[in-house]
Amino acid sequence: MATADTINPGGIMRIRPATAATAESGLVRGALIGTALLFLVVFIFLPLGVVFAQALAKGLSTYWDSLRQPDALAAMRLTLIAAVIAVPLNLVFGVAAAWAIGKFEFVGKSLLITLIDLPFSVSPVVSGLIYVLLFGAQGWLGPWLMKHDLQIIFAVPGIVLATIFVTFPFVARELIPLFQAQGQEEEEAALALGASGWQTFFRVSLPNIKWGLLYGVILCNARAMGEFGAVSVVSGHIRGRTNTMPLHIEILYNEYQFVAAFAVASLLALLALTTLVVKSAVEWKSRRQVAKAARWDGEEQTV
Amino acid sequence: MSIEAQHITKKFGQFTALEDVSLQIPSGELVALLGPSGSGKTTLLRIIAGLEFPDSGAVHFDGEDITHRKTRDRRVGFVFQHYALFRHMTVFENIAFGLRVRPRNARPSNERIRTKVHELLKLIQLQTLASRYPSQLSGGQRQRVALARALAVEPSVLLLDEPFGSLDAKVRLELRRWLRQLHDEVHITSVFVTHDQDEALEVSDRVAVMNEGRIEQVGTPDQVYHYPATPFVYNFLGNVNLFHGRTEEERTTIHEADTGELVYARPHLLEIHRQPNGDSHFRATIKHINSAGPLVKIEAEAEWGVSVRVEMSQEKFRDLQLVRNEAVFIVPKELKVFQKKVG
Repeated sequence: MATADTINPGGIMRIRPATAATAESGLVRGALIGTALLFLVVFIFLPLGVVFAQALAKGLSTYWDSLRQPDALAAMRLTLIAAVIAVPLNLVFGVAAAWAIGKFEFVGKSLLITLIDLPFSVSPVVSGLIYVLLFGAQGWLGPWLMKHDLQIIFAVPGIVLATIFVTFPFVARELIPLFQAQGQEEEEAALALGASGWQTFFRVSLPNIKWGLLYGVILCNARAMGEFGAVSVVSGHIRGRTNTMPLHIEILYNEYQFVAAFAVASLLALLALTTLVVKSAVEWKSRRQVAKAARWDGEEQTV
Repeated sequence: MSIEAQHITKKFGQFTALEDVSLQIPSGELVALLGPSGSGKTTLLRIIAGLEFPDSGAVHFDGEDITHRKTRDRRVGFVFQHYALFRHMTVFENIAFGLRVRPRNARPSNERIRTKVHELLKLIQLQTLASRYPSQLSGGQRQRVALARALAVEPSVLLLDEPFGSLDAKVRLELRRWLRQLHDEVHITSVFVTHDQDEALEVSDRVAVMNEGRIEQVGTPDQVYHYPATPFVYNFLGNVNLFHGRTEEERTTIHEADTGELVYARPHLLEIHRQPNGDSHFRATIKHINSAGPLVKIEAEAEWGVSVRVEMSQEKFRDLQLVRNEAVFIVPKELKVFQKKVG
């Protein structure tokens, strides 16, 4: 099959192996690849290695002990709570918003898109401060909250709110282009066949976006667990009560407890690595589905 | 089930897609909505389907006003130009979808669904491909699956939006004959949208020719082709030469100058002669000859400079032995006259 590389069934872009016509000289290639590798090593692999090296510097048992500190456990618990609340909420909101934006025309659509992007464009510290100004003791709603004995700032609700705000765009941003690309025809077909709105959504729209959705959720979760700036402002850094893992790491580090700090940090690094593996698996899986579909495209041209 | 559209107007922003359109479709008929893009034919189809709602006017099914009824309650089968098959479902599940989403008390048993789907697969001659995904099918196969999916819910009306528009020419031809056969067997009231006049004339019982949001003419293929009501219809159905002319004592002659009268002539109704034979004629020069195909297509330049298309049989062409740049006489055998619109 000499033509296999030039034929392009199903319109899927294929990367061709370099030929004499498109290749650079060996020296240029070596320099480019070398630069890229050096960059990766210095900025990614080296720091990652240092995290684990420092965490295990005094042996496995010290590592293990520092993870079992009550304050460390409390930080982990709080991080999980924040993620468990923020991710599902943003999942529901993200799907709903992306559905509306991708499939329908309405007044204020571009405003909604801008609002969804807001957490990306605002510094996390500023978004944390907004919550302090709103819900803090001197804030707009402070007196009312105090009267009703509700504490949001320097407590778990504030941390959850800040996390939700910061991770707000991930799912929606991932799905909007998908919904837009798919158009409305399949949904219209389902409706014409007698399906209700919910049936159409769960049986037609949702299966078509499942990989994109999973991808968005993974990124959303990673950010929810790793968020520092916004959470730092609203948390108050009360040990064992309002410290999430990133905040706990900072405190430990500032107290020169390097092993403990890096031990907790290694957990976040592991989370990042796991996220990357799952993300690649999801990407691989969805690509394989597309490729499988494309492979069949050229065959069976009989009517 | 009969369909009646009454005085339908639909605007999209500033654009008027349909303006006071009325159309009656008797039960069991296969009607083509024919027109160029932007003529409103798809909008009319979607309004009948309930996928769009008219700004004013009404849609009746069997005399019942269903203008405000939702798509899912209209019992229409809709076939989309780009198939709109559910890409994550097999062929079997695509066809079964309409039965599976029925409310529990109206839903057939799995056994019944399987029988029904296999019947339909047989009808579309794709029994062996039930477990394939849409992406594993050719365009023609996909469109047949889309048709089977629409028929599975036993619709009272079948609506097809440019059903063969994205298929290559040969497949399109086969599929439209197949659609005609299918309609002769099932006899379901069907409306299909097309911009291809051959397709409309070949497949349908009646054709509604649309232009700029209005229906220009409704009639059998024979009527609209041979007795076009407006210049647009004449122009749209087949190739045409446009001249200025004058009618005196029931005799139409072609003139060089603007006479306020438009005269149309089909290319195959113009004859080429070497010598004037006494009939009304005009002089022309042969500019281009294309003899590949069943008819020889000749482009000539009339003496006043306009280009004229003539078609003749291969035999006639062989007899005449025409060559490029030869001076000839063109005799119109049949001319169609329309008064020029005022303004």
